[in-house]
Amino acid sequence: MVNVEGLDTLLHSHPFFQGMDEGMLEFIAGCAANERFEAGDMVFREGGPADKFYVVRHGIIAVEVGVPGRGKATLQTLHEDDVLGWSWLVPPYRWTFDARAATLTRVISLDAVCLRAKMAENHEMAYHLLMRFTAVMAERLHAARMQMLDLYAPGGGPEGDRGP
Amino acid sequence: MTADLMLPRAFRITKVRRELADTFTLVLAPDDDGPVPPFQPGQFNMLYVPGVGEVPISISGDPAQPETLIHTTRAVGAVTKAMWSLKAGQSIGVRGPFGSSWPVEAALGDDVVIVAGGIGLAPLRPLIHAVMARRAEFGKVLILYGARTPDDILFDKQVRDWRGRFDLSVHVTVDRATGTWSGNVGVVTKLIKRGGFDPHHTTAYVCGPEVMMRYAADALVAKGVASTNIWLSMERNMKCAIGFCGHCQWGGRFVCKDGPVFNHAAVADLLPLTDF
Ligand SMILES: Cc1cc2nc3c(=O)[nH]c(=O)nc-3n(C[C@H](O)[C@H](O)[C@H](O)COP(=O)(O)OP(=O)(O)OC[C@H]3O[C@@H](n4cnc5c(N)ncnc54)[C@H](O)[C@@H]3O)c2cc1C
Ligand code: FES
Repeated sequence: MVNVEGLDTLLHSHPFFQGMDEGMLEFIAGCAANERFEAGDMVFREGGPADKFYVVRHGIIAVEVGVPGRGKATLQTLHEDDVLGWSWLVPPYRWTFDARAATLTRVISLDAVCLRAKMAENHEMAYHLLMRFTAVMAERLHAARMQMLDLYAPGGGPEGDRGP
Repeated sequence: MTADLMLPRAFRITKVRRELADTFTLVLAPDDDGPVPPFQPGQFNMLYVPGVGEVPISISGDPAQPETLIHTTRAVGAVTKAMWSLKAGQSIGVRGPFGSSWPVEAALGDDVVIVAGGIGLAPLRPLIHAVMARRAEFGKVLILYGARTPDDILFDKQVRDWRGRFDLSVHVTVDRATGTWSGNVGVVTKLIKRGGFDPHHTTAYVCGPEVMMRYAADALVAKGVASTNIWLSMERNMKCAIGFCGHCQWGGRFVCKDGPVFNHAAVADLLPLTDF
């Protein structure tokens, strides 16, 4: 883990960590590293070990799933100000989707083993981190439901017929 | 006067453009070659297909060129499907323009955020023309557009032209990515959350399905935009379009006369609630 000092400043300026206590951020930054992905690089693959989560600083990451016979479907794109991945919080700690850099992307990755150990050690920090993840999960769940509703279909719902 | 307002005037279709698999644009000119009444962005006409029925459709053209009357319609039911099969040279009845309009003046000096969902881009296009005609009088201008798939992006050539302009930020997102789409995937509210405008000096105009408008308005308010600076366009079934029959009643309002464009602060309580 290089340049920890710089990393906690970077984390501090990211909306996900906004308002978090400096001491906690410093503690978290001990698990952080800078990473860079070229356009097209896989960040992680479905089924692989969820050993990190990512704070997007710059670029676009496509969250994808393979659909038999249809190739890859993009479920959502993530941008700066977003975080990627929460499978590291839930056993058996495996990614449930693919993530691919759609453009040159810079992230801060947080090592899951390191972070889980720190969370076990410092429950207050764990609480603040989980509260932030819960908000992200709620927002993503809501967005997924909206997408499922297929609001722009004729009739504004999945029952609508298509075309004249 | 009222009788006149109820009487459709015959227009001939001068051009038909297939926009999407189910959406088309009709360009109309009066059969009598008389003047076409001016309109304000956001207003609608009642379009009458003889023998089938009459429906409200927003004007989607440039308010600075009212003589070219343009309507963009999605074929969903009896009347709009009958309209879909009309060809250039055939006639259609037109009454209007009716209703309230997008208040362009309200945004002078402000950033302008235009949020469209699906066919909702059509009623907003006259507003985009009006804003761009007076571009220097506004701060940033953003168009945030959510479509179902990349193949459902309405006015795609025009959207690409807008994207090429330096004085306009256009962000498009789709609910489902298909083909070679490499743009945003996700709901339009996400584009609002990403910002790029000064929420305390922003006027926002939102048009799309009601559920989408509700969440878009919520996202704008969460970002710091005042509810009184948010404008929405509502849809209800209509008959007279002049506030007589009560068909379009919504709460204590008539969508045809008091709307279709409403201020969010005045109608937020009436917007649909989903229980998720
Ligand atoms: C002020 C105003 C402006 C409008 N502007 C436009 C416009 O610019 N372009 C446009 O395409 N439409 C617009 N509409 C909606 C349009 O008026 C309706 O789609 C039309 O009345 C449907 O009539 P129909 O006879 O074809 O369908 P109907 O036979 O009445 O309905 C058939 C089926 O279509 C569904 N349906 C009806 N209305 C809609 C709708 N709005 N969206 C999705 N499904 C629907 C119904 O649930 C039903 O299942 C506007 C409506 C209002 C009130
Ligand atoms: S349509 Fe008749 S009152 Fe509005």
